[in-house]
Amino acid sequence: MSDLSFYVHIPYCLKRCGYCDFNTYTPSELREGGTLETVSGDYIDAVLREIDIAHLQAPDVTVPTIFFGGGTPSLLPPRDLGRVIAAIKEKWNLANAAEVTLEANPDSVDAARLAELRAVGFNRISFGMQSAVPHVLNILDRTHNPENIAKVVLGARGAGFESISLDLIYGTPGESLEDFRASVTAALALGVDHLSAYALIVETGTKLAAQIKRGELTMPNDDLMADMYLLVDQLCEESGLSWYELSNWAKPGHESRHNIAYWRNANWWGLGPGAHSHMNGIRWWNMKHPTAYKNALFADASPLQESEVLTPQQKSDEAIMLSIRMRGGISLSDLSQGQQDKVAEYRQSGHLDSKQWDAGTLRLTPSGRLIADRIVRELVV
Amino acid sequence: MPAISLAKAPQPAATDPAQIRNFAIIAHIDHGKSTLADRMLGITEVVDPRNMRAQYLDRMDIERERGITIKSQAVRLPWRSGLDGKEYILNMIDTPGHVDFTYEVSRSLAASEGAILLVDCAQGIEAQTLANLYLAMENNLKIIPVLNKIDLPAAQPEKFAKELAKLIGCEPSDCLLVSGKTGAGVADLLDQIVEQIPAPQGDPNAPARALIFDSVYDVYRGVVTYVRVVDGHLSARDQIQMFSTGVRHEMLEVGVISPEPIPSKGLGVGEVGYLITGVKDVRQSRVGDTVTNYNNPTKTPLAGYKDPKPMVFSGLYPLDGADYPLLREALDKLQLNDAALVYEPESSAALGFGFRCGFLGLLHMEIVRERLERESNLSLISTAPNVVYNVKLDDGKSIIVTNPSEFPEGKIMGVEEPIVRATILAPSEFIGAIMELCQQRRGSLLGMDYLSEDRVEIRYTLPLAEIVFDFFDKLKSSTRGYASLDYEAIGDAEGDLVKVDILLQGEAVDAFSAIVHRDKAYAYGLMMTAKLHALIPRQQFEVPIQAAIGSRIIARENIRAIRKDVLAKCYGGDISRKRKLLEKQKEGKKRMKMVGRVEVPQEAFVAALATDADIDKAKAARK
Repeated sequence: MSDLSFYVHIPYCLKRCGYCDFNTYTPSELREGGTLETVSGDYIDAVLREIDIAHLQAPDVTVPTIFFGGGTPSLLPPRDLGRVIAAIKEKWNLANAAEVTLEANPDSVDAARLAELRAVGFNRISFGMQSAVPHVLNILDRTHNPENIAKVVLGARGAGFESISLDLIYGTPGESLEDFRASVTAALALGVDHLSAYALIVETGTKLAAQIKRGELTMPNDDLMADMYLLVDQLCEESGLSWYELSNWAKPGHESRHNIAYWRNANWWGLGPGAHSHMNGIRWWNMKHPTAYKNALFADASPLQESEVLTPQQKSDEAIMLSIRMRGGISLSDLSQGQQDKVAEYRQSGHLDSKQWDAGTLRLTPSGRLIADRIVRELVV
Repeated sequence: MPAISLAKAPQPAATDPAQIRNFAIIAHIDHGKSTLADRMLGITEVVDPRNMRAQYLDRMDIERERGITIKSQAVRLPWRSGLDGKEYILNMIDTPGHVDFTYEVSRSLAASEGAILLVDCAQGIEAQTLANLYLAMENNLKIIPVLNKIDLPAAQPEKFAKELAKLIGCEPSDCLLVSGKTGAGVADLLDQIVEQIPAPQGDPNAPARALIFDSVYDVYRGVVTYVRVVDGHLSARDQIQMFSTGVRHEMLEVGVISPEPIPSKGLGVGEVGYLITGVKDVRQSRVGDTVTNYNNPTKTPLAGYKDPKPMVFSGLYPLDGADYPLLREALDKLQLNDAALVYEPESSAALGFGFRCGFLGLLHMEIVRERLERESNLSLISTAPNVVYNVKLDDGKSIIVTNPSEFPEGKIMGVEEPIVRATILAPSEFIGAIMELCQQRRGSLLGMDYLSEDRVEIRYTLPLAEIVFDFFDKLKSSTRGYASLDYEAIGDAEGDLVKVDILLQGEAVDAFSAIVHRDKAYAYGLMMTAKLHALIPRQQFEVPIQAAIGSRIIARENIRAIRKDVLAKCYGGDISRKRKLLEKQKEGKKRMKMVGRVEVPQEAFVAALATDADIDKAKAARK
C-alpha cells in the first residue's frame, strides 16, 4: 500500500513578522475587530471537508507523517488540532510510529498546553527560535523572550515529545558571526534532536524588503552568510547532529521524515488555503485566501486553484534540484556522462566530495552546499 | 494671393528656367529648419491644411523623433512673387544638418544656386552650420542669411545678425527675420529667394545631363533617384543611361515631389525631380553620377562627388547568436538606402558572429544601429568605436587595421592614425574648459577667433580616435551644452600607439582590446579591469582580470570565487516556484558567453562597452 503524507496549513498569526511572506493572516486582517476565535472558529470544519475529498481520491494509503505548519498552528486550541489528527486516523491507517509534527511559537505554549498537544497525538515539535540575540530578534519582529526557548524545550521533553527541533535564521541585518555563534550554541546546549538553520531571504513585498530599499537596513554580504553556514554546520556536527539536508541537521533517527518526503518527491496532500500537494507527478495548490477556501468547501466545491502535470523533463529537473540538497546526493548512475563531465571540475575545486564520487555518488561538501543552485544549473542545462 | 494652385502653376518639363529657383537650407539641428519647411509647404498651399503635420518632410520615425534630417528631400513649390507678381517654381532641397552627413549636404548644395543660412536667433550659429556655410560659399552659392525664431523671448536678432554679417560679408540689415512657428516673414523670404537667387543656366538643346543628388530605396517602387537637370531634357518615354557604368535603364516614371510624388511628362533644364527605373539597389544609381539619354548621350559628365569614406568602425553583434542571418539581411536592406554604410563579417570569441561596420561618424553609427534594431527588431551589441590604423611592419610592409584585435603582435615600426581639424564654437566663458579637454585628447591648437563679443571659434587638430569615443559628450557636459563641434579629416599622422588587451583568467577578450596612446594605456587598463570586476559575477574559481600591453601586465583585479549561490529553504510548497526559477535560470545560462572557463553574462559585455553617456541614456529611458 502506498504512502500519503499530510500537511495541514494553519493560516493565522497574531502579528506578521517583518520578513515573512507566508500565506498567513492576523485576525484583524481577516475581519475588522476580529479575534482568533471568531475568524478561525469554523476553519477546522473546512479542513475536515477537504479530508473527505482526499479520502475519495486516495482511499487506500498509509499515512506515514502529518505536519502542522503555518502561520502559527500552536495558536489554535489543541482539541481543534486533534480533530484533524483524529479524522485522518479514522479514514486511513496511520503507520507505526507515524511522525506527527507541530510548528510552535515559543510564546504560545506552556507546560500544560504542551501536555495537551502531546495528548491529542503530536509526537514531534519544532519551535521557531530564530535567534538567541535580542537585537537580531528585534529586527526580525519576533516578540518572544529568548529565555522562553529553554522553558518550552524542557516543557516539551516533560510532556513526552519524542523529537524536538529548533529553527534558526541567519544573516539578519546587523547580525555578526559571533551573534550567530551565540544562537547556535544556545540551541545546541538545550540538547535538541534536530536543528534547521535558514539564511534569511528578503521576499518582495515584506516590511523587511521595504526597510532595505529605503536604506534603513543592510543585508550582510554573501561571504558572511557563507561563514555563518559553515559555522552552524561545524557546531552541529560537533554536537552529534549530522546534516541530512542542506539546511537541516539531526541526531541519528531524528531526521524529519515529513520533510524528507518532500525532497524525495513522495506523495503528500496539503490541506488548507494555499497548500500545495503532490501525487504521482501531478502538483496542485489550493485557493490562497482562507475565506475563499472555506467558502468553496462549505459550498461542496473543490478549493483547487491550479494544477500542473509534470513533464519528464520537469520531473528530472526537480529530482536533481531536490536530491542534490540531501546527504544521500545523486547516484552517478542517474546522471549522463555529459552531466558528469560538466560538474567534474567541481571536484577539483572542493565543492564535491571526491571519495563519494569515486564510490558512485554526487555528494556536496559544505562549500559545495553553499553553491548547490549553481551546480544544479550545470546539471540541467 | 501669392500661392498658385498646382494645376495652374508652370508644369514640369514646360517651365522656363528663368522661372526656377533652386535653394538649399543650411541649418543646425533644432534651429527650426523643419518647422520653416512646414510653413513653406503651408503658405504655398502645396499641402492642404487638413493634411498638414509637423516635420512633414521627415520620412523616417527616427527623423521625427530625434528632430534631425538624415536623407535629403526636394520639394517643388509654386509661388507668385509679391515683388513682381510673376509666377515662379521654387525647388527647396532639404539637407541634413549633422557633421556625419556633410557629404549629403554637399550633394544638395551642388543641385542648388542658392542657400538659406538659417540660424536660431536665440542660439547663434553652430560649428556644423559654419562648416556647411563655408561649403556653400566655396560652391559660389548665393547665401541668404535668415534668423529664425524671432518670436522667442530669448531672441537676440541684433547680436546674431552682426555675427552672420561678419561671416558672410554682408550688412547686418541684410539678415531676414522669420518665425517658422508663427509664419512671420516667411512670405517675404520666398520673395527674396526669387529676387536674390540666380535662375539656373543650362542648354536645353544639348544632350541630357542630370546630376544624381540622392537615391532612396523604396519597398514598393525600388530605387527612387533624385536628380537635378543641368542640360537638355529627360522625358518619360526616354531610355536613360548612367554615365559611370554605361548601364541602360528603362524609365518607368519621372516626376516631381510637391511634396507627394507627381508623375510628369519629363524634366527640363534647371528642374529638380525624381526618376524610377526599377533597379533595386541604390548603388546602381550612384549619388554624384550623371544621368544622360541613352540614344543621345553626353560626352562630358558633370562634376560628381567623392565617395564618402568610412571614418569610424565598430563591430555589431546580435545579442542572440541565432539572429546573425537576420542581422545580415537587415544590413543588406539598409545598404540599399545608405551607400555610405560598409560592413564585412567578422567573428569574436567573446561575442560570436557579427559584422565589422564602417560609418561616416558617430551619429551615422548610432542611427544605423537604431534603424537595425527598430526596423528589424534586433537586439545588438556594438564594440567600442575605433578608427582605421595604418601599421608599418619592420619588413617594410604595412597593414590596415580596422579592428583592434587584428593589431599585429610582433615588432612594428610605427602606427599612423587619422587626424582631423576640429572647429568648436562656444561662449567665450568656456574657452578654458574646451582647451583643457582638447589638451587631454592630444589636440594642438590651430587658432581662435571671436565671432562676437562673447562667442569664439576654436580650431584644433586632434586624432580622430580621441573624438570617436566620448569627446562630444564630454564637450557638451563641460560647456553646459553650449559648445558645438565640427570636424573634417585632414590626413594621417604617426602616433605612439599601443594595443591594450584585457585578459580574463589569462585569456584575451577580443571585444575589449583597444588601440590607445601609450600615455593612456594605463588609465584604459584600470578603467576596464575595474568595470569588468564590477560586472562579472563571481565564479566557481578565482578569476584574475588583467590589462596588458603585449606580455606586460599593466593593471589587475581579482574576482574572488563565489561562496554562496543557494536558496536555503525548500519546503513542499516551494518546489514548483523553485523549479520555475530554475527554468528561467536555464535560459539565462544559455545566454552566458564563455570566455575560456569564465561565464560572462551578455549584459556585462554590453555594459562594459557602453560609454558613461550610454549608461545615462539607459537610466533616463528607464525613468
